Amino acid sequence: MIRIQDITKSYGKTQALKGVSLDVKKGELFGLIGPDGAGKTTLMRILMSLLLPDSGQATMNSYDVVKEYKKIRMQTGYMPGRFSLYQDLTVEENLEFFATVFGTSISENYDLIKDIYVQIEPFKKRRAGKLSGGMKQKLALSCAMIHKPEILILDDPTTGVDAVSRKEFWEMLMRLKAQGITILVSTPYMDEATLCDRIALIEKGNIFGVNTPQQLMENFPEDLWSVKTASSLYQTAKKLQNLPRLISVNSFGQCLHVVLLKGKVTKADIITFLEQQGETNIEIEQIQANIEDVFILTTEKKTNPVSL
Amino acid sequence: MDKAIVVKDMVKKFGDFVANDHLNFEVEQGEIFGFLGANGAGKTTAIRILCGLSKPTSGKLTVAGYDIYKETEQIKKHIGYMSQKFSLYEDLTINENIRFYGSIYGIPIKERKERTRNMLNRLELTEYANERIGSLPLGWKQKLAFSIAILHRPKIVFLDEPTGGVDPVTRRQFWNLIYEAAEKGITVFVTTHYMDEAEYCNRVSIMSEGKIVDLDTPQKLKEKYNVQNMDEVFLRIARGEN
Repeated sequence: MIRIQDITKSYGKTQALKGVSLDVKKGELFGLIGPDGAGKTTLMRILMSLLLPDSGQATMNSYDVVKEYKKIRMQTGYMPGRFSLYQDLTVEENLEFFATVFGTSISENYDLIKDIYVQIEPFKKRRAGKLSGGMKQKLALSCAMIHKPEILILDDPTTGVDAVSRKEFWEMLMRLKAQGITILVSTPYMDEATLCDRIALIEKGNIFGVNTPQQLMENFPEDLWSVKTASSLYQTAKKLQNLPRLISVNSFGQCLHVVLLKGKVTKADIITFLEQQGETNIEIEQIQANIEDVFILTTEKKTNPVSL
Repeated sequence: MDKAIVVKDMVKKFGDFVANDHLNFEVEQGEIFGFLGANGAGKTTAIRILCGLSKPTSGKLTVAGYDIYKETEQIKKHIGYMSQKFSLYEDLTINENIRFYGSIYGIPIKERKERTRNMLNRLELTEYANERIGSLPLGWKQKLAFSIAILHRPKIVFLDEPTGGVDPVTRRQFWNLIYEAAEKGITVFVTTHYMDEAEYCNRVSIMSEGKIVDLDTPQKLKEKYNVQNMDEVFLRIARGEN
């Protein structure tokens, strides 16, 4: 449904995309996972025909993003990272505007947006600029959907949104996916990756680790331990820096994730090391990596990014 | 020792709308205090008041020992502030930004140079001192913004979503800076939407619809709501499922 081949894009000296290739299948909920500045927005703007690539090709639903951009715009819904609806128009006026631009009406496609729109309908006379963050997001999604697109491109829709609204937003995406819409969504929140069918990790203009989230986590190439002691994570992490064969130690909420060369260090080794450092109440278990572990390991190593 | 922040029965209304509804809490010196809540719960309103930028409708408040009604200028001198939205001047270089902030807070020149050298060393940014902020990656900017926000050695630093959108490695480096600051005795008052970061706080408060619904250590909150992590605590409280 979306095919990206060797796209590059530079802004002056900065290479925003360094030869990116990617395929998104029809009906897929595909996540582009990476921090701000990784190149997510640039890629999405190229797909939406709002920006020209320096080299490479991309098609959306078989239409070329450069030559056939008008067709793409009719078939695609886009939610930019920055809230870009008309702040001085009301909720209803914004929706009506986008429906009219695309030659349709609210009533014609109401079914499609009903689930989302009913939540903001009580405020339909309110100006868009006066909505809360969560409501703005729902309105933006409704406007992106009103012309019944086959593909939705969502640029960081959950940035700056609280944990509850984020969860609700993903529930909405699941329902849209169930209607057969292909969705490409970007996010800096690694925990959202597991909600996608497949993901690509993106960092500094490179894409790596295109796979299902489950497979990516299972393919974690090293040993991962969760460690907790009586002293603070910060103190314990400092001590663990000197553990032989250590690749990295990072705090993950209430425990530390300790990455060690595969098969080289036993649980007893780690406990002995920590006890020698004066640690008590040591809780340790071998765990499966999450997407954030995968991302950190891959971006820190950099040596062989393709091996994932 | 005096408390870093004391808030008693604080109310802030905008017309009929009650943005902060009788808030009560205290923050200890050197504590890392997480100030959580859903969008629109009233966090920003409270932070603006604590920073001396807005007056409460009623209530008693002291920040760094100074009265919020009468001594706002003293408060501003003794706090630091950074957020994702406002941090440094993009068109100025690292050095120029430091000079600017140093002058505003009246740090003596010799002292400022010394502190600048240490800070850039610590951040491994010495060779970029004459680069414009706008050309730096977001993660560097945020670490730099935090270090500059505490350059005048404030008693309290307010961080409003400091790590939004930052990559996972930098996010953790940022928290190491927070720990270092707290070890030096600086009180850290921080908001975040990352619930793993809530676990790194000594205590957290969770706001919903203008009220503080709960306030405790992450450990005690998890025990109270009988859940595994802060994410679930937050969902319980913010969705009103408790």
